Order: sequence, then C-alpha cells, then structure tokens
Amino acid sequence: MNTPTRLIGWTVAIAIAALLPFFIHSGRWLDFVELTLFVSLLGQAWNILGGYGGQYSFGHAVFFGTGAYIQAMLQFRYGLGPWAAAPFAIAFGALVGSFIGFLSFRYGLRGSYFALITLAFAEAFHVLARSLVSITEGGRGIQLTLNQDPAQALSTFQFTFAGPFLSHAGYYYTVLFLLVVACVLTWRMEAGRFGAQLLSVRENEDAAEALGVNAFQVKMQAICLSGAIAASAGVYYVQKFLFVDPGIAYGPGKSVEALVAPIIGGLGTVAGPVVGAFFLHGVGEGAKGVIAAAGTSAPGLDLILYGVMLVLVLAFLPRGIVGLFTNLLGRRGR
Amino acid sequence: MDVFGLTLPSYSWETVAGSMISGVFLGALYALVALGLTIVYGVLHIINFAHGALLMIFMYAVYFLWSAVGLDPYVSLIILIPGGFLAGYALQRGVIGRFSHGRDEITLLVTLGIAIIIENGALFAFSATERQVVVPYDFDGIDLGVTYAVWPEIAALAGSLVVTVAVWLFMTRTDTGRAIQAVAKERRGAELMGIDVDHIYGISFGIGAACVAAAACLLAPTYAVHPQFGYLFVLIAFTVVVLGGMGSFAGALVGGFIIGITEQIGRLYLGESLGLITISATFILILLLRPTGLFGQRQ
Repeated sequence: MNTPTRLIGWTVAIAIAALLPFFIHSGRWLDFVELTLFVSLLGQAWNILGGYGGQYSFGHAVFFGTGAYIQAMLQFRYGLGPWAAAPFAIAFGALVGSFIGFLSFRYGLRGSYFALITLAFAEAFHVLARSLVSITEGGRGIQLTLNQDPAQALSTFQFTFAGPFLSHAGYYYTVLFLLVVACVLTWRMEAGRFGAQLLSVRENEDAAEALGVNAFQVKMQAICLSGAIAASAGVYYVQKFLFVDPGIAYGPGKSVEALVAPIIGGLGTVAGPVVGAFFLHGVGEGAKGVIAAAGTSAPGLDLILYGVMLVLVLAFLPRGIVGLFTNLLGRRGR
Repeated sequence: MDVFGLTLPSYSWETVAGSMISGVFLGALYALVALGLTIVYGVLHIINFAHGALLMIFMYAVYFLWSAVGLDPYVSLIILIPGGFLAGYALQRGVIGRFSHGRDEITLLVTLGIAIIIENGALFAFSATERQVVVPYDFDGIDLGVTYAVWPEIAALAGSLVVTVAVWLFMTRTDTGRAIQAVAKERRGAELMGIDVDHIYGISFGIGAACVAAAACLLAPTYAVHPQFGYLFVLIAFTVVVLGGMGSFAGALVGGFIIGITEQIGRLYLGESLGLITISATFILILLLRPTGLFGQRQ
C-alpha cells in the first residue's frame, strides 16, 4: 500500500478508536477494547525487536515488569508523583534493554540462543522480585493507595473516581495514546535509515555488516526502543490496577502475549500487532461468550485458541493476517 | 560470611554434605528431563519448548493411571515409555515437522504454540488443582548419615542412569541409532545414503518424549502435578542442556548433577526463594561465556 492510503487508513482507525468511548457505554466492552490495545502495545514493542530486527525474545515480560515495578516503587517507596515516575519507568525499560542487549549481542547470541537468554533474564528478574522483599515487597506485591478525590484525578494519574467520563474512558485514552505513539515511532523507524538497517540485519547480519551496517549498534537501538515501549505498557498497567506482583510483572504470560499478537497479525508491519491483538482477543472473547452462554466457565480455553492460531498462522500464513491482506489487495490491483 | 551485603549463614559440613547429596538426587531427575531435550536438539537442531508441557501431560497420565486403575507409578513406566514414544513421533511428523517449513525460528514458535495448547488444555480439562500420587513407601529409605534418602529419590537416580545408558547403547549399537547419528552430523549426506530423514526425525523426537515420559513416572511419587508444572522444569532442563552442551548425553547427566547440587546449595545459603536465582544466573553465564557448554562441539 502506498503512503497516502496508509495515512488515511491509520487516521480513520485512530479517529474511530478515539470516538469509541462516546458510543460504547458498557464498561465491559470498553474494557475489552482497552485490554486489546494494551496487548497491541506490548506486541508493538516485541515487533520492533522481533518483527523488524529478527531477534525473537521469549522474555519480553522483563521490560514490561521493570516498567511496572519502577512505576510502582517510585510512588510507594520514594513518594514520587506518578507523572514524575513514568519517565523513569520508561527509561529503566530502555536501560534493562541495553543491559540485556549489550550482554547478548556483544557475545554474539543469535536465534534460539537469544530466545533462551531473554527467557532466563525474565526468570532471574522474577526470582529477584520475589526474593528482595525489602525493595519489592516480595510475593505480596506492591499495592498503591487509591485516590478517591475527583479533583486530584489528573495529578494522581488515577481515573477511578474522576467524574463520569474520565472514570469511564481515562485509562482507555492512556493506553490508546501510548499505542499511537508506539505505532508512529515504529512507522518513522520503518521509513527511515534505522529501519532499513534493522531489516538488513534481520535478513542477513553478515551481509549487512559487510555493507557497513553496525549490526551491534542497530540491535542495541532496537532493544532499547522495544524495552521502553514495553515499559510504558507497565506504567499503564500499574496506574490502572494500582498493583503489581512478581507473577504479573515477570511471569511467562506477558512474554507470550507480547509475541503471539505480532506473529499472528504480521511480523515487521506497523499494523501487525494491532490486527493480531484484535483478532486473537476477538476470537478469545467470542469463545468465552459461547462457553458462558452454555452456562459453564472454561479456564484456559481462550489461551488454547491462541496456541492453535499461533501454530496455524506459522504453518499457513508466514506473513500473518496483514500479509494475507496485502497479497489479496496486490493481486486485485494487478 | 558476607557477600554483597547479604549475611550468609554458616553451616556444619554435615548439613552442606547433606544438601549436596540431595542435590545429586534432584540432579538425576533434571538430567533425565534434559536428556530428552538434548536428543531432540542434537538431531533436529530445534529447541523444543513443548518439552515441559509433555512432562506435565505425562505426569497427568501417571496420576490418572494411579487414581483410576491403581497402577503404581513405576509399573506405569511400561505403558508410558512406548506411549510417550508414539506421541512424540506423531507430534514431530504430524505437526512440528510439517508446519515449520524447516526454519529454526518457526520451529521454536511452533513448539511454543504446542506448549500453550497442551498447558491450557490441561487447565481446561483438569483445572488448576494440584494432584499428587501417593505411594506407601514415599517416606521409607536409607539413612546416609548426613541425610536421609527416600526410595523415590534412589529410584530416580538409578532410573536416570539406566535410561541414559540405554539411550547411549541404542544410539551406538543399533542401525537406527547410527542412522540418527548420521542425520545429526550431516543431514543431506544421510539422505543421499537412503536414510528416511523425516522418519529419523520422528524417531528422535519420540525417544526424547519417551525419556520425558520415564521422567514423569520417576517424578510422580515426589511432585504434585498442576498445569504449570512443566514451566519451571523446562527452564531448568534448558539450563542443564546448555551447561552440558546441546546434544551431548554425558553433558546432560553431568549438567543435571551440577545444577541439582548448585540449586540445593543455593537454597541452603540464600533461602528457598532467592536460592533459585542460582539456576537463572548459571544459565545466563553459560549462554554468554560458553554457549557450547561443557561437552558441546564448537560450531
């Protein structure tokens, strides 16, 4: 698709998303869209490193969790305001990214080995968050105080008691804003020199190096950007739920969610993570609805479907749903 | 002792020796789980993320054979080992081999997808409740002076050694075993010699799954099973495999013992929770400093 068509498509999509709270009054459905946008945000973070850079991380929770923990700890332990804490949380996501990236890329870990070391780092952070009780409160987790004063809703970054509209849509706009920023960053990256270099590293690292691309530096930039975006998802999560514990922050769940959405939607495309997240959660929610209508509950059913869709997309749609559509559109245009 | 501001307790040598011995027993189990993983890696060059999920589902099989039919976990070995082999063979030929287009990253993700399906399938079917096989002899054993070894631990140690030796004999003394080694060394060349590579891949994956099925039987008297059971074990198994050298049998055994002892000593000095950091720390250090492991071949 050419740039003007994409620009129009994105503007329409963002406009619809921005107007949605005015039309959806059911908290349940808005929550569903909000959760999907949150997964899209995590997915976009993964997509920058995994989709564009070809470095498949199996432990992206490490960045999400660090963002969440820094956001929670700075408020809980050091009395910082949430708006002052957020830049630190996001910066720490990038910092952890540069730390893991420096070690892994300096020692030349690629492919499966990179996947394993990110998994190991997520588990190491998980153990530390559980064990260093004097810093992280251990397994109990950190619970932030709920602000009940509507006048302070904005200054405390808490929308639960923020009047009729903000309590309905405040967090929705937070995550939408973060996602739009992430998508714009991804798009600028894709269009620019950095994106081209990152793609060349993905396709053939040795050839890229031979052409003068500094693969180490390019991968470092990608993992920092990816870490920062995943950490911003952590900031949103903590402000929304006012709670974080080691399992939520560093457990395998977030790492898996971060990679399934972009793979299903389409690796290395701006829209991929968003399309994938909506498709996955749409199907998951639909399945839950069917089960609920049948009068039972089914823990794990949505995740079974995620797994099935992951395997099927890998088998039959190597470029994901977005790839399928660009193929169809391209064929019709010819 | 003070390390990084943490005050480490000091223990008598008997306590430390006891911890090391229980580390050996624990390590034997890790080695057995890792053996299956290392065979699959050595031949197919894929990291099988579904390994832990297979362990978990075989544990459920052992549990239900015990609770429904009253079968002792060690008797279940007779059913589980061939069953595991067939399941592994079918999984590789029917799903992993077929859907991966021969690309390593895709294979990795396909096995992850299978792990998600099996884990949540177990959650769906069996709920998150922990289930534990109870055997009458689980607290009997031998007094070793510094520690007490129960029969399930001793059986696990013996079982791991027997399985490792059996697999090694199979790989070196039979035609199929030699064919597997040929495929592992030089896939294309083996194909040209008339070896059915897809069949060999299936068999290797089947042997890997059979090892993990044996491990499930040996683990069952000691551990309660729940749907997330595999996750922790698979992380440890990865550590063992990377430490020992991907694809090396001896490495899996030695690596298993090293990790088992490291974990027990870590738990003794750093506490139950922080002690687990020794595993991820070892994992990270090995990946960075010597990704070929102790016994691995340079690539």
